[in-house]
Amino acid sequence: MTATLVLPTALREAAGGLPELEIAEGTVRSALDLLAGTMPLLERRVRDEQGRVRPHIRLYLGSSDIEDLQGLDTMVAAGSRLYVIPAVSGG
Amino acid sequence: MTETTLLIGTRKGALVARRPRPGAAWELGPLELPMSEVYGTGIDARGATPRLFAAADSPHWGPTLFHSDDLGRTWAEPGEAPVAFPKETGTTLIRIWQIQAAAESAPGVVYAGVEPHALFRSEDGGVTFSLVEGLYNHPHRSEWVPGNGGACLHTVVPHPTDPERVLVALSAGGVYRTSDGGATWEAANRGIQSYWMPEDQRFPEFGQCVHKVASHPSFPDRLYAQNHFGVYRSENYGTSWEPIESGLPSTFGFPMVVHPQEPETIYIFPLKADSHRFPATGRCEVYRSQDGGKSWTALHRGLPEGDYRAAVLRDAMCTDGGEPAGIYFGTRAGEVYGSPDGGDHFEKIAEHLPDVLSVRAVQLN
Repeated sequence: MTATLVLPTALREAAGGLPELEIAEGTVRSALDLLAGTMPLLERRVRDEQGRVRPHIRLYLGSSDIEDLQGLDTMVAAGSRLYVIPAVSGG
Repeated sequence: MTETTLLIGTRKGALVARRPRPGAAWELGPLELPMSEVYGTGIDARGATPRLFAAADSPHWGPTLFHSDDLGRTWAEPGEAPVAFPKETGTTLIRIWQIQAAAESAPGVVYAGVEPHALFRSEDGGVTFSLVEGLYNHPHRSEWVPGNGGACLHTVVPHPTDPERVLVALSAGGVYRTSDGGATWEAANRGIQSYWMPEDQRFPEFGQCVHKVASHPSFPDRLYAQNHFGVYRSENYGTSWEPIESGLPSTFGFPMVVHPQEPETIYIFPLKADSHRFPATGRCEVYRSQDGGKSWTALHRGLPEGDYRAAVLRDAMCTDGGEPAGIYFGTRAGEVYGSPDGGDHFEKIAEHLPDVLSVRAVQLN
Protein backbone atom coordinates (compact mmCIF):
# COMPACT_ATOMS: atom_id res chain seq x y z
CA MET A 1 0.00 0.00 0.00
CA THR A 2 1.15 3.50 -0.73
CA ALA A 3 0.40 7.08 0.22
CA THR A 4 0.46 10.16 -2.03
CA LEU A 5 2.81 13.12 -2.02
CA VAL A 6 1.00 16.17 -3.41
CA LEU A 7 3.23 18.79 -5.01
CA PRO A 8 2.71 22.50 -5.62
CA THR A 9 2.97 23.68 -9.20
CA ALA A 10 6.44 25.11 -8.68
CA LEU A 11 7.86 21.68 -7.80
CA ARG A 12 6.31 19.63 -10.57
CA GLU A 13 9.16 20.22 -13.01
CA ALA A 14 11.53 18.59 -10.52
CA ALA A 15 9.10 15.64 -10.41
CA GLY A 16 9.05 15.09 -14.14
CA GLY A 17 5.89 17.17 -14.50
CA LEU A 18 3.84 15.05 -12.12
CA PRO A 19 1.43 16.73 -9.67
CA GLU A 20 1.46 13.75 -7.33
CA LEU A 21 3.83 10.93 -6.49
CA GLU A 22 3.28 7.63 -4.80
CA ILE A 23 5.30 7.23 -1.62
CA ALA A 24 5.71 4.27 0.64
CA GLU A 25 3.91 4.20 3.95
CA GLY A 26 6.16 4.88 6.90
CA THR A 27 7.41 8.10 8.45
CA VAL A 28 7.61 11.39 6.59
CA ARG A 29 11.37 11.19 7.04
CA SER A 30 11.63 7.75 5.44
CA ALA A 31 9.47 8.88 2.53
CA LEU A 32 11.74 11.87 1.92
CA ASP A 33 14.85 9.73 2.34
CA LEU A 34 13.57 7.44 -0.39
CA LEU A 35 12.76 10.46 -2.53
CA ALA A 36 16.36 11.67 -2.12
CA GLY A 37 17.46 8.53 -3.95
CA THR A 38 14.91 8.59 -6.73
CA MET A 39 14.31 12.31 -7.25
CA PRO A 40 17.14 14.20 -5.55
CA LEU A 41 16.34 17.50 -7.28
CA LEU A 42 12.85 17.40 -5.79
CA GLU A 43 13.90 16.26 -2.33
CA ARG A 44 16.49 18.99 -1.84
CA ARG A 45 13.97 21.66 -2.67
CA VAL A 46 11.96 20.42 0.30
CA ARG A 47 14.78 19.67 2.75
CA ASP A 48 18.24 21.16 3.23
CA GLU A 49 21.47 19.15 3.34
CA GLN A 50 20.96 18.57 7.07
CA GLY A 51 17.61 16.94 6.47
CA ARG A 52 15.60 19.85 7.82
CA VAL A 53 12.44 20.96 6.04
CA ARG A 54 13.16 24.34 4.45
CA PRO A 55 11.77 27.22 6.53
CA HIS A 56 9.28 28.52 3.95
CA ILE A 57 7.67 25.12 3.47
CA ARG A 58 5.09 23.25 5.50
CA LEU A 59 4.21 19.59 5.15
CA TYR A 60 0.61 18.72 5.84
CA LEU A 61 -0.62 15.22 6.41
CA GLY A 62 -4.23 15.51 5.40
CA SER A 63 -5.34 18.68 7.14
CA SER A 64 -2.65 18.71 9.83
CA ASP A 65 0.75 20.39 9.80
CA ILE A 66 3.25 17.66 10.68
CA GLU A 67 4.87 20.13 13.09
CA ASP A 68 1.68 19.75 15.14
CA LEU A 69 2.05 15.97 14.99
CA GLN A 70 5.43 14.25 15.31
CA GLY A 71 7.34 16.30 12.76
CA LEU A 72 9.39 14.20 10.37
CA ASP A 73 8.64 11.17 12.53
CA THR A 74 4.93 11.46 11.77
CA MET A 75 3.60 8.21 10.33
CA VAL A 76 2.17 8.34 6.83
CA ALA A 77 -0.46 5.66 6.61
CA ALA A 78 -1.41 3.89 3.40
CA GLY A 79 -3.94 5.90 1.46
CA SER A 80 -3.13 9.21 3.15
CA ARG A 81 -2.05 12.37 1.39
CA LEU A 82 1.06 14.37 2.28
CA TYR A 83 1.00 17.93 0.93
CA VAL A 84 4.02 20.17 0.26
CA ILE A 85 2.78 23.72 0.90
CA PRO A 86 5.00 26.72 0.19
CA ALA A 87 4.59 29.89 2.21
CA VAL A 88 2.65 32.68 0.58
CA SER A 89 5.63 35.00 0.63
CA GLY A 90 7.87 36.96 -1.67
CA GLY A 91 7.39 39.94 -3.92
CA MET B 1 34.86 37.73 -35.76
CA THR B 2 34.45 38.44 -32.05
CA GLU B 3 31.18 37.62 -30.34
CA THR B 4 30.47 38.87 -26.84
CA THR B 5 28.31 37.03 -24.33
CA LEU B 6 26.96 38.85 -21.29
CA LEU B 7 25.38 36.87 -18.46
CA ILE B 8 23.02 38.87 -16.27
CA GLY B 9 21.84 37.68 -12.86
CA THR B 10 18.77 39.41 -11.45
CA ARG B 11 16.56 39.10 -8.41
CA LYS B 12 14.09 37.05 -10.43
CA GLY B 13 16.15 35.07 -12.90
CA ALA B 14 19.02 35.20 -15.37
CA LEU B 15 19.38 36.40 -18.93
CA VAL B 16 22.05 36.17 -21.59
CA ALA B 17 22.72 39.02 -23.99
CA ARG B 18 24.81 38.49 -27.12
CA ARG B 19 26.52 40.85 -29.45
CA PRO B 20 27.43 38.83 -32.55
CA ARG B 21 30.21 41.17 -33.64
CA PRO B 22 31.70 44.49 -32.54
CA GLY B 23 29.34 47.35 -33.24
CA ALA B 24 26.31 45.12 -33.77
CA ALA B 25 23.15 45.49 -31.72
CA TRP B 26 22.84 43.47 -28.52
CA GLU B 27 20.39 40.56 -28.61
CA LEU B 28 18.76 39.90 -25.24
CA GLY B 29 17.63 36.33 -24.63
CA PRO B 30 14.69 35.14 -22.54
CA LEU B 31 14.54 35.21 -18.77
CA GLU B 32 15.77 31.84 -17.48
CA LEU B 33 15.51 30.35 -13.98
CA PRO B 34 12.47 32.53 -13.21
CA MET B 35 11.92 33.63 -9.62
CA SER B 36 15.47 32.68 -8.65
CA GLU B 37 17.74 35.23 -7.05
CA VAL B 38 20.94 35.02 -9.05
CA TYR B 39 23.58 36.69 -6.90
CA GLY B 40 26.41 34.65 -8.36
CA THR B 41 27.19 34.40 -12.04
CA GLY B 42 30.41 33.10 -13.51
CA ILE B 43 32.04 32.27 -16.80
CA ASP B 44 34.83 29.71 -17.05
CA ALA B 45 36.48 30.63 -20.34
CA ARG B 46 39.43 28.23 -20.04
CA GLY B 47 37.99 25.48 -22.20
CA ALA B 48 37.13 25.35 -25.88
CA THR B 49 33.54 26.14 -24.95
CA PRO B 50 32.94 28.56 -22.09
CA ARG B 51 30.93 27.23 -19.18
CA LEU B 52 28.41 29.65 -17.76
CA PHE B 53 27.31 29.45 -14.13
CA ALA B 54 24.23 30.80 -12.44
CA ALA B 55 23.91 30.44 -8.67
CA ALA B 56 20.18 30.51 -8.09
CA ASP B 57 18.43 30.62 -4.78
CA SER B 58 14.86 30.76 -3.64
CA PRO B 59 13.48 31.53 -0.20
CA HIS B 60 11.21 28.54 -0.69
CA TRP B 61 13.35 25.97 -2.45
CA GLY B 62 16.85 26.82 -1.31
CA PRO B 63 20.06 27.51 -3.22
CA THR B 64 21.55 25.59 -6.12
CA LEU B 65 24.01 26.02 -8.96
CA PHE B 66 23.25 25.68 -12.66
CA HIS B 67 25.76 25.50 -15.47
CA SER B 68 25.44 25.89 -19.22
CA ASP B 69 27.79 24.65 -21.89
CA ASP B 70 25.88 26.23 -24.78
CA LEU B 71 26.14 29.90 -23.79
CA GLY B 72 22.94 29.89 -21.81
CA ARG B 73 20.57 28.19 -24.24
CA THR B 74 20.10 25.35 -21.78
CA TRP B 75 20.98 25.02 -18.11
CA ALA B 76 21.88 21.86 -16.21
CA GLU B 77 21.71 21.10 -12.52
CA PRO B 78 23.33 17.99 -11.03
CA GLY B 79 21.09 15.53 -9.25
CA GLU B 80 23.15 15.67 -6.09
CA ALA B 81 23.45 19.10 -4.53
CA PRO B 82 26.47 20.74 -6.20
CA VAL B 83 27.31 22.82 -3.12
CA ALA B 84 26.32 21.49 0.30
CA PHE B 85 27.79 21.53 3.77
CA PRO B 86 28.89 18.15 5.15
CA LYS B 87 26.54 16.56 7.65
CA GLU B 88 29.02 16.87 10.49
CA THR B 89 29.02 20.67 10.26
CA GLY B 90 25.30 20.89 10.97
CA THR B 91 25.32 23.93 8.68
CA THR B 92 22.84 24.75 5.93
CA LEU B 93 23.81 26.54 2.75
CA ILE B 94 21.90 29.80 2.43
CA ARG B 95 23.26 31.35 -0.76
CA ILE B 96 26.07 31.01 -3.29
CA TRP B 97 27.49 34.51 -3.72
CA GLN B 98 30.46 33.92 -5.93
CA ILE B 99 31.48 31.49 -8.65
CA GLN B 100 35.05 31.94 -9.76
CA ALA B 101 37.10 29.71 -12.04
CA ALA B 102 40.73 29.28 -11.05
CA ALA B 103 43.56 30.24 -13.37
CA GLU B 104 44.96 28.10 -16.20
CA SER B 105 47.44 26.72 -13.69
CA ALA B 106 44.62 24.83 -11.94
CA PRO B 107 42.56 23.21 -14.71
CA GLY B 108 39.10 22.14 -13.69
CA VAL B 109 39.21 24.06 -10.43
CA VAL B 110 36.28 26.36 -9.69
CA TYR B 111 35.59 28.10 -6.38
CA ALA B 112 32.27 28.95 -4.78
CA GLY B 113 32.01 31.58 -2.05
CA VAL B 114 28.90 31.12 0.03
CA GLU B 115 26.73 32.19 2.93
CA PRO B 116 27.24 31.38 5.74
CA HIS B 117 30.93 32.28 5.47
CA ALA B 118 32.63 29.43 3.66
CA LEU B 119 34.58 28.54 0.56
CA PHE B 120 33.96 25.49 -1.60
CA ARG B 121 36.26 24.06 -4.27
CA SER B 122 35.41 22.00 -7.34
CA GLU B 123 37.89 19.95 -9.29
CA ASP B 124 35.46 18.81 -11.99
CA GLY B 125 34.79 22.12 -13.64
CA GLY B 126 32.13 23.31 -11.24
CA VAL B 127 29.73 20.35 -11.14
CA THR B 128 30.47 19.14 -7.61
CA PHE B 129 32.16 21.06 -4.80
CA SER B 130 33.81 20.25 -1.47
CA LEU B 131 34.08 22.45 1.59
CA VAL B 132 37.50 24.07 2.12
CA GLU B 133 37.77 23.00 5.72
CA GLY B 134 40.88 25.04 6.51
CA LEU B 135 38.88 28.23 6.20
CA TYR B 136 35.66 26.86 7.66
CA ASN B 137 37.54 25.85 10.81
CA HIS B 138 39.51 29.09 11.09
CA PRO B 139 39.81 30.26 14.70
CA HIS B 140 38.50 33.70 13.75
CA ARG B 141 35.24 32.23 12.48
CA SER B 142 33.24 32.77 15.65
CA GLU B 143 34.08 36.48 15.50
CA TRP B 144 33.03 37.06 11.89
CA VAL B 145 29.69 38.84 11.75
CA PRO B 146 27.16 39.28 8.97
CA GLY B 147 27.15 42.39 6.84
CA ASN B 148 23.92 43.94 5.67
CA GLY B 149 23.74 41.34 2.89
CA GLY B 150 24.39 38.41 5.17
CA ALA B 151 27.33 36.36 6.43
CA CYS B 152 28.76 35.96 2.99
CA LEU B 153 32.07 35.04 1.45
CA HIS B 154 31.52 37.09 -1.68
CA THR B 155 34.90 37.37 -3.34
CA VAL B 156 37.41 34.77 -4.52
CA VAL B 157 40.63 35.87 -6.21
CA PRO B 158 42.70 32.86 -7.31
CA HIS B 159 46.36 33.60 -7.92
CA PRO B 160 46.99 33.62 -11.69
CA THR B 161 50.10 31.43 -11.64
CA ASP B 162 50.32 29.69 -8.25
CA PRO B 163 47.38 27.32 -7.71
CA GLU B 164 48.23 27.05 -4.02
CA ARG B 165 47.47 30.72 -3.43
CA VAL B 166 43.92 32.05 -3.15
CA LEU B 167 42.58 35.24 -1.61
CA VAL B 168 39.01 35.68 -0.40
CA ALA B 169 36.93 38.47 1.11
CA LEU B 170 34.00 38.14 3.44
CA SER B 171 31.54 40.46 5.10
CA ALA B 172 32.28 41.22 7.75
CA GLY B 173 35.48 39.40 8.32
CA GLY B 174 37.81 41.05 5.84
CA VAL B 175 40.44 39.63 3.51
CA TYR B 176 42.04 36.23 4.04
CA ARG B 177 44.64 34.43 1.96
CA THR B 178 46.16 30.99 1.72
CA SER B 179 49.46 29.92 0.22
CA ASP B 180 49.08 26.20 0.83
CA GLY B 181 46.04 25.34 -1.21
CA GLY B 182 43.53 26.22 1.48
CA ALA B 183 44.93 24.28 4.43
CA THR B 184 45.76 27.43 6.38
CA TRP B 185 44.56 31.02 6.05
CA GLU B 186 45.82 34.33 7.39
CA ALA B 187 44.01 37.63 7.69
CA ALA B 188 45.35 40.24 5.24
CA ASN B 189 43.75 43.53 6.27
CA ARG B 190 46.62 45.73 7.49
CA GLY B 191 45.79 49.29 6.52
CA ILE B 192 42.07 48.72 5.89
CA GLN B 193 39.92 50.76 8.20
CA SER B 194 36.80 49.82 10.12
CA TYR B 195 35.62 53.39 10.41
CA TRP B 196 32.65 52.55 12.61
CA MET B 197 34.85 51.29 15.46
CA PRO B 198 36.24 53.46 18.29
CA GLU B 199 39.27 55.42 17.13
CA ASP B 200 41.82 53.16 18.79
CA GLN B 201 40.28 50.05 17.21
CA ARG B 202 39.86 51.11 13.60
CA PHE B 203 42.61 48.93 12.18
CA PRO B 204 41.92 45.47 13.57
CA GLU B 205 43.57 42.30 12.32
CA PHE B 206 40.23 41.25 10.83
CA GLY B 207 36.55 42.15 10.90
CA GLN B 208 36.64 44.72 8.12
CA CYS B 209 33.72 44.89 5.73
CA VAL B 210 35.51 44.52 2.42
CA HIS B 211 32.99 44.68 -0.42
CA LYS B 212 35.10 43.54 -3.40
CA VAL B 213 38.72 42.77 -4.27
CA ALA B 214 40.12 42.56 -7.79
CA SER B 215 43.50 41.87 -9.33
CA HIS B 216 45.20 41.88 -12.71
CA PRO B 217 46.73 38.64 -14.00
CA SER B 218 49.96 40.36 -15.05
CA PHE B 219 50.58 41.74 -11.57
CA PRO B 220 49.22 39.13 -9.18
CA ASP B 221 50.60 40.82 -6.08
CA ARG B 222 48.73 44.04 -6.87
CA LEU B 223 45.20 44.14 -5.51
CA TYR B 224 42.49 46.75 -5.45
CA ALA B 225 39.68 46.77 -2.89
CA GLN B 226 36.40 48.59 -2.47
CA ASN B 227 35.61 48.63 1.22
CA HIS B 228 32.59 49.67 3.27
CA PHE B 229 33.99 53.20 3.18
CA GLY B 230 37.46 53.09 1.72
CA VAL B 231 39.14 52.30 -1.59
CA TYR B 232 42.51 50.60 -1.30
CA ARG B 233 45.45 49.23 -3.20
CA SER B 234 47.96 46.57 -2.17
CA GLU B 235 51.29 45.87 -3.87
CA ASN B 236 52.05 42.74 -1.84
CA TYR B 237 49.05 40.44 -2.23
CA GLY B 238 47.30 41.92 0.76
CA THR B 239 50.13 42.11 3.27
CA SER B 240 49.40 45.83 3.53
CA TRP B 241 46.95 48.27 1.95
CA GLU B 242 47.07 51.97 1.11
CA PRO B 243 44.05 54.22 0.46
CA ILE B 244 43.52 55.45 -3.12
CA GLU B 245 40.66 57.83 -2.55
CA SER B 246 41.87 61.24 -3.65
CA GLY B 247 39.36 62.83 -5.99
CA LEU B 248 36.49 60.47 -5.30
CA PRO B 249 33.09 61.91 -4.36
CA SER B 250 32.66 59.12 -1.80
CA THR B 251 34.65 56.15 -0.61
CA PHE B 252 31.58 53.93 -0.19
CA GLY B 253 30.52 51.50 -2.89
CA PHE B 254 30.46 47.86 -3.88
CA PRO B 255 32.14 46.81 -7.15
CA MET B 256 35.82 46.98 -8.08
CA VAL B 257 36.91 45.97 -11.57
CA VAL B 258 40.35 45.95 -13.20
CA HIS B 259 40.83 46.55 -16.92
CA PRO B 260 42.00 43.31 -18.57
CA GLN B 261 44.95 44.86 -20.41
CA GLU B 262 45.78 47.89 -18.27
CA PRO B 263 46.72 46.92 -14.71
CA GLU B 264 46.55 50.54 -13.57
CA THR B 265 43.01 51.07 -14.87
CA ILE B 266 40.22 50.34 -12.42
CA TYR B 267 36.49 51.03 -12.18
CA ILE B 268 34.13 51.63 -9.27
CA PHE B 269 30.61 52.99 -8.75
CA PRO B 270 30.68 55.26 -5.70
CA LEU B 271 27.61 55.54 -3.51
CA LYS B 272 26.96 58.40 -1.15
CA ALA B 273 27.17 56.46 2.12
CA ASP B 274 26.08 53.28 3.82
CA SER B 275 23.15 55.23 5.21
CA HIS B 276 22.39 56.65 1.73
CA ARG B 277 22.98 53.95 -0.87
CA PHE B 278 22.47 56.16 -3.90
CA PRO B 279 24.97 57.30 -6.55
CA ALA B 280 27.42 59.59 -4.81
CA THR B 281 26.84 62.54 -7.12
CA GLY B 282 23.18 61.84 -7.76
CA ARG B 283 24.05 60.81 -11.32
CA CYS B 284 24.69 57.49 -12.99
CA GLU B 285 28.48 57.64 -13.09
CA VAL B 286 31.24 55.09 -13.17
CA TYR B 287 34.54 56.30 -11.77
CA ARG B 288 37.71 55.22 -13.54
CA SER B 289 41.31 55.59 -12.53
CA GLN B 290 44.02 55.03 -15.13
CA ASP B 291 46.93 55.50 -12.75
CA GLY B 292 46.25 52.87 -10.14
CA GLY B 293 44.06 55.09 -8.01
CA LYS B 294 46.12 58.27 -7.87
CA SER B 295 43.38 60.15 -9.70
CA TRP B 296 39.82 59.43 -10.76
CA THR B 297 37.53 60.52 -13.59
CA ALA B 298 33.75 60.31 -13.76
CA LEU B 299 32.47 58.43 -16.83
CA HIS B 300 28.95 59.18 -17.96
CA ARG B 301 28.89 59.44 -21.75
CA GLY B 302 25.92 57.40 -22.87
CA LEU B 303 24.59 56.93 -19.35
CA PRO B 304 21.29 58.42 -18.15
CA GLU B 305 21.25 62.17 -17.71
CA GLY B 306 19.82 63.81 -14.63
CA ASP B 307 19.00 62.39 -11.24
CA TYR B 308 19.73 58.71 -10.81
CA ARG B 309 18.92 56.76 -7.65
CA ALA B 310 19.85 53.16 -8.36
CA ALA B 311 22.93 51.50 -6.90
CA VAL B 312 25.29 48.98 -8.47
CA LEU B 313 25.97 45.89 -6.37
CA ARG B 314 29.30 44.22 -5.77
CA ASP B 315 29.17 41.70 -8.61
CA ALA B 316 27.11 43.81 -10.98
CA MET B 317 30.15 45.22 -12.80
CA CYS B 318 32.64 43.33 -14.94
CA THR B 319 34.84 43.31 -18.01
CA ASP B 320 34.74 40.85 -20.89
CA GLY B 321 38.49 40.26 -20.90
CA GLY B 322 38.70 41.30 -24.55
CA GLU B 323 40.78 43.79 -26.44
CA PRO B 324 39.50 46.42 -26.68
CA ALA B 325 37.92 45.78 -23.33
CA GLY B 326 34.21 45.88 -22.77
CA ILE B 327 33.03 47.21 -19.40
CA TYR B 328 29.54 46.31 -18.17
CA PHE B 329 27.36 47.09 -15.19
CA GLY B 330 23.81 46.50 -14.10
CA THR B 331 21.77 48.58 -11.69
CA ARG B 332 19.10 47.96 -9.14
CA ALA B 333 16.77 49.78 -11.53
CA GLY B 334 17.00 46.77 -13.84
CA GLU B 335 19.18 48.41 -16.45
CA VAL B 336 22.38 47.05 -17.99
CA TYR B 337 24.97 49.26 -19.65
CA GLY B 338 28.05 48.35 -21.63
CA SER B 339 31.04 50.18 -22.96
CA PRO B 340 32.99 48.76 -25.91
CA ASP B 341 35.94 51.07 -25.31
CA GLY B 342 36.98 50.75 -21.70
CA GLY B 343 34.41 53.19 -20.38
CA ASP B 344 34.77 56.12 -22.76
CA HIS B 345 31.24 55.57 -24.04
CA PHE B 346 28.38 53.49 -22.70
CA GLU B 347 25.25 52.15 -24.34
CA LYS B 348 22.12 50.64 -22.85
CA ILE B 349 21.97 46.87 -23.35
CA ALA B 350 18.83 46.07 -21.36
CA GLU B 351 16.18 47.80 -19.30
CA HIS B 352 13.03 46.99 -17.36
CA LEU B 353 14.61 43.92 -15.80
CA PRO B 354 14.30 42.91 -12.17
CA ASP B 355 17.09 44.54 -10.18
CA VAL B 356 20.46 43.36 -11.40
CA LEU B 357 22.56 41.43 -8.90
CA SER B 358 25.49 40.25 -11.02
CA VAL B 359 26.98 40.41 -14.51
CA ARG B 360 29.78 38.48 -16.21
CA ALA B 361 30.98 38.74 -19.81
CA VAL B 362 33.36 37.09 -22.23
CA GLN B 363 34.55 37.77 -25.75
CA LEU B 364 34.68 34.74 -28.02
CA ASN B 365 36.59 34.44 -31.26
